[in-house]
Amino acid sequence: MTSIGASRQRLSGACVLAAVCAFVIAGCGGGGSGTSAPGVTKDSVKIGSHQPLTGPAAPGYSEIAPASNAFFKYLNSQGGVNGRTINYVYKDDGYNPTNTVSVVKRLVLQQKVFAIFNGLGTPTHTKVVDFLNTSKVPDLFVASGCQCWDQPDDHPMTFGWQPDYVVEGKILGDYIKKHFAGKKVAYFYQNDDFGKDGVKGLDMYVKSQVVSRQSYEPGDTNVGPQISAIKSSGAEVIAAFTIPAYTALAELTSVKLNYKPQLVVSNVGSDPITVGGLLKAFSKGKAGAALIEGLVTNGYLPSVGDTSNPWIDLFKRIHDRYDAKAPFDGNVLFGMAAAYTFAQALDKAGKNPTRQGLVDAVEKGNLRGPGLVPFRFSDKSHAGFTGAQIGTIKGGKIVYEGTPVTTDDGAGPLKPYTEKQPTPTEQGIVKAGD
Amino acid sequence: MSALARLRLPQQTLMRHLLLAAAAGVVLYLISLALDPFNNLRLAGVAYYFTALAGLTVLTGLNGQISLGHGALMAVGAYSAALLVGRDGWPLAAALAASVVVTAFTGLLVGAVAARLRGPYLAGATLALAVGLPGLALRYPDAFGGENGLDVPPPAPPAWLGETFPLERWQAWIACLCALITLVLLANLVRGRVGRAFRAVRDDEVAAELAGLNVARIQVFAFIVSAACAGLAGGTFVVVTSLAAPGAFQLPLSLALVTGVVLGGLGSLAGAVWGAIALVMLPDWSGDLARALSLSDRVEANLPLAIYGLVLIGVMLAAPGGIQGLFRTGFEWVAARRSTWRPTDDLIDPQRPTPRREEQS
Repeated sequence: MTSIGASRQRLSGACVLAAVCAFVIAGCGGGGSGTSAPGVTKDSVKIGSHQPLTGPAAPGYSEIAPASNAFFKYLNSQGGVNGRTINYVYKDDGYNPTNTVSVVKRLVLQQKVFAIFNGLGTPTHTKVVDFLNTSKVPDLFVASGCQCWDQPDDHPMTFGWQPDYVVEGKILGDYIKKHFAGKKVAYFYQNDDFGKDGVKGLDMYVKSQVVSRQSYEPGDTNVGPQISAIKSSGAEVIAAFTIPAYTALAELTSVKLNYKPQLVVSNVGSDPITVGGLLKAFSKGKAGAALIEGLVTNGYLPSVGDTSNPWIDLFKRIHDRYDAKAPFDGNVLFGMAAAYTFAQALDKAGKNPTRQGLVDAVEKGNLRGPGLVPFRFSDKSHAGFTGAQIGTIKGGKIVYEGTPVTTDDGAGPLKPYTEKQPTPTEQGIVKAGD
Repeated sequence: MSALARLRLPQQTLMRHLLLAAAAGVVLYLISLALDPFNNLRLAGVAYYFTALAGLTVLTGLNGQISLGHGALMAVGAYSAALLVGRDGWPLAAALAASVVVTAFTGLLVGAVAARLRGPYLAGATLALAVGLPGLALRYPDAFGGENGLDVPPPAPPAWLGETFPLERWQAWIACLCALITLVLLANLVRGRVGRAFRAVRDDEVAAELAGLNVARIQVFAFIVSAACAGLAGGTFVVVTSLAAPGAFQLPLSLALVTGVVLGGLGSLAGAVWGAIALVMLPDWSGDLARALSLSDRVEANLPLAIYGLVLIGVMLAAPGGIQGLFRTGFEWVAARRSTWRPTDDLIDPQRPTPRREEQS
């Protein structure tokens, strides 16, 4: 017995040893970068991102990273930024926070990216913020409107980009209060930070009109109970903080229940082309974009349908050349506009960008691009766009009305914003007055 | 050389295992010093997969009970550790120990059911566990954080290691220590009376019962042991990823664990090392493969699962003993050629799985 045990142990020991040796050899592949800033060489900058290319958030959002990449490709063809091309490595995390952690650690520790750009999602990105900040990796322009990116003291490397959901909620709430005064309002929102922040903003204006508050869990595709409850509450307006799939589901369900409320939907879930496509897919072709005509939403980028806007013109040409497979919709616009902002920040970080230099460049402000409103970036604030503009879906496009408004995510008032939007240069970079 | 090694090792099983584990610990320590942070994370990944696979290989390979639900048991361990560390502020070691206890108790409940089921029914019941249990996190978002999961602060390396000591190396150390403890305890268990009883029940339940063994109790106990390992693996997972979220413990994890056990070699603790390495490296390899073939993102996302399936079929057909079985055959072949004096019964391996008898299915 002893001899058998010993011989087995020897075998196991040998195997374990062999295994760990294999590991050391595998490990020798990584490591070693000579230049001052990781990911930066004399002619290129490598940046990374985690994106939902598959999974529940993929419909629509999977177009964002390829669109950003299309913009970078165009920029590279124009000579890049300060003579460096941008190498954008985006990885699929399936909107699964656990995958996000491993994807981002791989990008930072193995691929040695200079910065993480436009990482998408609140539940996903919150899991890597601490890691990125302790590793001193710039975490620019998170693709989520959570207020949580705006913590310059705790998270000095992290910056938001889109208006946060409280701001969106305030702007939509103000519109409801003015245009649907006295009508009964129901909330339909995603049961997480995204939905709850939006509700916080809405409540500042329409709390007294609310008759029903219904939420959904992403992944649970039956929203029948919630919409029935809203219908029986007698609400005439539904204010929704939903991702596109749930905007479509809510709309289809209310049609089935023969219930036709006025929809007021956050920018996140209102892109007409995305929602129209989902309506078509979910109803197997029986319904389509016609269902969301008249939907009220808000936006902070020019309307995709506004071909006279120079930004849309530039982005459409880039899209047709580098990303023609995707529809030219709000997601593509989002990806390109964010990529533009990054390129601008990198440009301002100077000829020899460092990680801290990039962060300083964003904090200095002066970033301005396709947005309808300015950014809030400073050393005191890492929040993105300061506001938005109300629009209505007409003929499958968002048609803006009035002027854009800016506000804060506290109790501050809404202020009209009237400054003119800058125009892009042909190279895709604005040299705004420093 | 073989004769020398046999002479040097202590005769007592526990001492021998402790000595070998200490040696392995030194080797792992040196490796962790040589590795960059990313590969230290991989090492930690191998360690927590090993912890889970070692438990599963004892259950399936030595006791003959299949479990497709070990991913869910890892979730129990992970959420226990996350709640105790993140919410209640327990010290890490105590939280890990508690997560082992909680998961072992879950294993008792599952095992009690499992002992009444055979073959495909047992597979089905444990499959239900794998599918259903992570859903609890969504059902009770206030307690378990829903899809968001629970954040846990990463374990800070102790101050005496210095300011610049990489966190990833510390995480690898914790994970490797847990794996080594598991290895020593399991190795002792399976070489003793309990291990013999496990195997007796696996080989023939009626014969085992006639020999005076309480079959049901042994099966439940095997499940408890296996679940405890899965719980520790789950707790270690939280240490390494700083997160317990339902997305980590879906069905693919359970299937991956089964694949790892089969690929490494059913019933072999050394095989669990191979299985663990394969589980850590496979996503990389499948990603490379997908890029080389320029597959779409959707195909790439599902490729690892397809590979698990193919590996399971391939290994079962071509090498039922898994990687460790192949090595063993190779070693024995070399040994037999070099020393003809060796008694033939040295080739009989107490851990080699024998096919289950037909009557049990």
